[in-house]
Amino acid sequence: MNFDRELDARGLNCPLPILRAKKALGEMTSGQVLRIIATDPGSVKDFAAFAKQTGNELLSSAENNKEFEFYIKRK
Amino acid sequence: MSANPELEALINQKLDELLPQKLEALLQEREESKTPSMAIIATKGTLDWAYPPFILASTAAALGWDVTIFFTFYGLNLVKKDVSDLKVSPLGNPGMPMKMPFGPDWFKSINWNIPNIVQANIPGFESLATSLMQQTIKNNGVASIAELRELSQEAGVKFVVCQMTVELFGFSHDDFIEGMDYVGAASFLPVAQKADVTLFI
Repeated sequence: MNFDRELDARGLNCPLPILRAKKALGEMTSGQVLRIIATDPGSVKDFAAFAKQTGNELLSSAENNKEFEFYIKRK
Repeated sequence: MSANPELEALINQKLDELLPQKLEALLQEREESKTPSMAIIATKGTLDWAYPPFILASTAAALGWDVTIFFTFYGLNLVKKDVSDLKVSPLGNPGMPMKMPFGPDWFKSINWNIPNIVQANIPGFESLATSLMQQTIKNNGVASIAELRELSQEAGVKFVVCQMTVELFGFSHDDFIEGMDYVGAASFLPVAQKADVTLFI
């Protein structure tokens, strides 16, 4: 999947991945896509909730090899 | 009253059918367009209890909520310029595991059940426990209090401080970080009244 910006949140724990993602999205323009890689297992549900609440669209959420990958489209 | 009772009955019946749906839709619309808000009272001044207010405040702000934290009593420790000296005490705290943040996994998983009477009599036990916790925090990729506090302020979380306790404990405004309002309970309560979430921590 294409993305405009990438956030490496590996090794970070709650709530840092969400806070960093929010900051990154704030610096992007509407329609741009942010790719996030995280290792916090709680981030799967947290990013779904974050997307739902903020209106930024969670395009995909996947796990491979204990790493979690999210694509979020800026509102 | 009415010249046409049948017509009136019909109108009433229609209203009974339509009004609840209409109201429901309006209320839902209002609920969705409203910015959620949270008011937190932070009263604890130890390293462990410093986390909940700042984690919740910074996360709520990231979700787009309006957030206010009211710092009072020992919570004043959380807004001092330097928060690197916050301590945690395992003494009289049976809920706190005592595990080592270094060594092989089998060693790290041991819970050192040290009796209160021993903890109380070893000089520096609190400092030891604090440095172990700081190391554990670092090892786990958990943010520092200073970092979470800065992120909260950056995200627009409002910090208000209880002026009465500032005086009670002999602090001056110079002891604290910038960008805060010094108020009393009468200023905080109306904020809490309108908040969707109110927490006493």
